[in-house]
Amino acid sequence: MSTANLDPTLNTHGAHAAEHEEEDHRMFGFIVFLLSESVIFLSFFVGYTVYKTNIPDWLPAGVEGLEVREPLINTIVLVSSSFVIYFAERFLHKENLWGFRAFWLLTMAMGSFFLYGQAVEWMGLPFGFTDGVFGGTFYLLTGFHGLHVMTGVLLQGIMLGRSFLPNNYAGGEFGVAATSLFWHFVDVIWIILFILIYVWQ
Amino acid sequence: MSNASLEAIAAKSGQPFPGAPNNWQRFFSFSTDHKVIGIQYIVTAFVFFLIGGLLAMVMRGELITPEADLVDRTVYNALFTMHGTIMLFMWTFPVLNGLANYLVPLQIGARDMAFPRLNAAAFWLVPVFGILLMVSFFVPGGPSQSGWWAYPPVSLQNPTGNLINGQVLWLLAVALSGVSSIMGAVNFVTTIFRMRAPGMGWFRMPAFCWTVLSAQMIQLFGLPALTAGAVMLLLDLTVGTSFFDPARGGDPVLYQHFFWFYSHPAVYVIILPVFGMFSEIFPVYARKPLFGYKFVVVSSVIITMLSGVVWVHHMFASGTPSWMRMLFMFSTMLISVPTGVKVFAWVATVWGGKLRLDTPMLFALGGLICFLFAGITGIMLGAVPFDIHVNNTYFVVGHFHYVIYGATVMGVYAAIYHWFPKMTGHMYYEGLGKLHFALTFIGVNLNFFPMHPLGLMGMPRRVASYDPEFAYWNVIASLGGFLLGVSTLPFILNMISSWILGKRAPANPWNAIGLEWLISSPPPVENFEEIPLVVSGPYGYGSHEPLVANHPAGELNSEHS
Ligand code: HEM
Ligand SMILES: [Cu+2]
Repeated sequence: MSTANLDPTLNTHGAHAAEHEEEDHRMFGFIVFLLSESVIFLSFFVGYTVYKTNIPDWLPAGVEGLEVREPLINTIVLVSSSFVIYFAERFLHKENLWGFRAFWLLTMAMGSFFLYGQAVEWMGLPFGFTDGVFGGTFYLLTGFHGLHVMTGVLLQGIMLGRSFLPNNYAGGEFGVAATSLFWHFVDVIWIILFILIYVWQ
Repeated sequence: MSNASLEAIAAKSGQPFPGAPNNWQRFFSFSTDHKVIGIQYIVTAFVFFLIGGLLAMVMRGELITPEADLVDRTVYNALFTMHGTIMLFMWTFPVLNGLANYLVPLQIGARDMAFPRLNAAAFWLVPVFGILLMVSFFVPGGPSQSGWWAYPPVSLQNPTGNLINGQVLWLLAVALSGVSSIMGAVNFVTTIFRMRAPGMGWFRMPAFCWTVLSAQMIQLFGLPALTAGAVMLLLDLTVGTSFFDPARGGDPVLYQHFFWFYSHPAVYVIILPVFGMFSEIFPVYARKPLFGYKFVVVSSVIITMLSGVVWVHHMFASGTPSWMRMLFMFSTMLISVPTGVKVFAWVATVWGGKLRLDTPMLFALGGLICFLFAGITGIMLGAVPFDIHVNNTYFVVGHFHYVIYGATVMGVYAAIYHWFPKMTGHMYYEGLGKLHFALTFIGVNLNFFPMHPLGLMGMPRRVASYDPEFAYWNVIASLGGFLLGVSTLPFILNMISSWILGKRAPANPWNAIGLEWLISSPPPVENFEEIPLVVSGPYGYGSHEPLVANHPAGELNSEHS
């Protein structure tokens, strides 16, 4: 190590060490990022609450309220998927690759089901994005969260693909851990969102 | 580039290490070396500083006479909007990020930032959103005219009815700048938490790193609020939602909350690293330890925490209920306590020291004087009755330019001169430096002091023409402004000529204490041959305690606390 700086031919060695170190810090950095990300959601939630408590005719004309049944099913699916992904991770730690893949795929399916359910709900709603502040905040919140779910499913797809790469699954560990942390995060956000929008009507 | 050619370049330039920063092509490439990225940030920032400064010159040209004769009112609106935006988002944040990028890994004994590629990506976003902003000069209707706060409903007006107008580009640029800053903040926080050299406990870390950590924490937890507001405004403007449109049920004051929840703490993102620079520079040129190091550090943390609870002082005149005004008035006053602690510590550091008045010290002292003045007017503004009186007058403009030009620009100049030998391996020209200081210090006071009497007399801000009774002070301010414009010339001349021709700098030209001064100037690619083992605090001037142990850290199983 000590000569790494002096001799440019040895620089690759230094680069390797740096890469290893980078790997170690990733999870810390990722958590820091998620904390920051949660402030965006928090801002939207605060905005929603301020609007809802201050605007007298909150719902656009002709809108009674939101249907809760389908979103509730969606919620149950999403929340359960947090457990499923936890087991997938456990399988990976026990080096049971097929167990990991199966549960991982199941998580992806549940995530996709959630997105599908949300699309169906959006399609059936009698108000749009530009229908007052209610419409605006509703689509803003659910849409922004939906984008996160989509990102989560995409990341899961990448991790699944990587598990089929030859050699081993080395290097994928951080990806899996981070993806699953992200998934729990998206899940918690949804619970708050669900209570705010659907329960507190 | 092959190793052979790297070595040839190194031999020619007399650099001790191949690829050291005098190889100028590196600065135009996608490098992941934090030192290259740091300098890239700084240089980019100064390009925009000149553009923003040029706009300021036009404004001061307009204001030298009472009539709106040089530019018309719409153009003037665009000028102050773009001037403010460029100076804040394109100069202040990038230049401070650049200095932090350069210095933090060196000062904590790390080889690089935690995420070198993320670091480079965050930097390259800066020219991207800079260009976005510049493009807005050429779209129909011109650039945004709603001020750098972009308050709705003014910012919601769309004179041309186009989807792409100056305001939309402005919002995109600000959002991108937020993305870049958050990427940077994740990197800084991770680096400082995880990559300190063995033996460097929290209370052995240089004060500058502490202030960077505090400032980046504010970025992490404040910026998302601004981003949320910007996204909603963008949707209002493009998609047709009505979050902030009062005519359609929206709430423009909510935007102000989102905006100031970030933008007040943002003033600490700006000033805290400057405090850090003061804390690094005074001990060196006074040859004394930093007085009350722990108090200086802890006060940064307290300022960071308090900064999140004072934002409403920007909204005293926004129909805010009285109980809320009172609450925020007190929290604002409270911040002056930890700030006062710092000022006291610097004064005590300098007091009775054997002062060496090199350019960095001159700029630091000048910056401190301006900051003291700004602090006094700031406390005045924190008092609700006074603020309501001078709100939106030139008094406010004078106050914040003392902070931002007097303290921040001068603090940054101090830091650049102080670390210039380290960064480039060359000494700057002292005579040019002193000339630069004299012009700047006189210019700042000529330009910005008159704004206080103007404000008290009632001259409103953001106006292209004014009552002739204000002419006297405005002429002085304009002359000061042009002097400030001139002051940048010796600076640029100095930087370029001494970088190329200046005499070679030793590793530690100032006899300073700190890890960055233990390695060659400029530092080698991975900073440290051996990661040092830190055995004492950073400000042991006058004592004979060593800063690092002679043993390489790897041989000892020391604890990383
Ligand atoms: C030569 C130096 C400078 C001059 C002559 C100058 C002059 C001005 C003037 C005339 C205004 C318009 C005030 C108003 O109508 O409200 C202004 C606004 C502003 N300036 Fe400067 N300025 C200088 C340097 C700076 C620097 C270095 C910064 C920040 C780093 C800065 C930040 C701002 C901001 C944020 C605004 C408010 C813009 C707005 O109202 O939206 N200025 N300046
Ligand atoms: Cu403030």
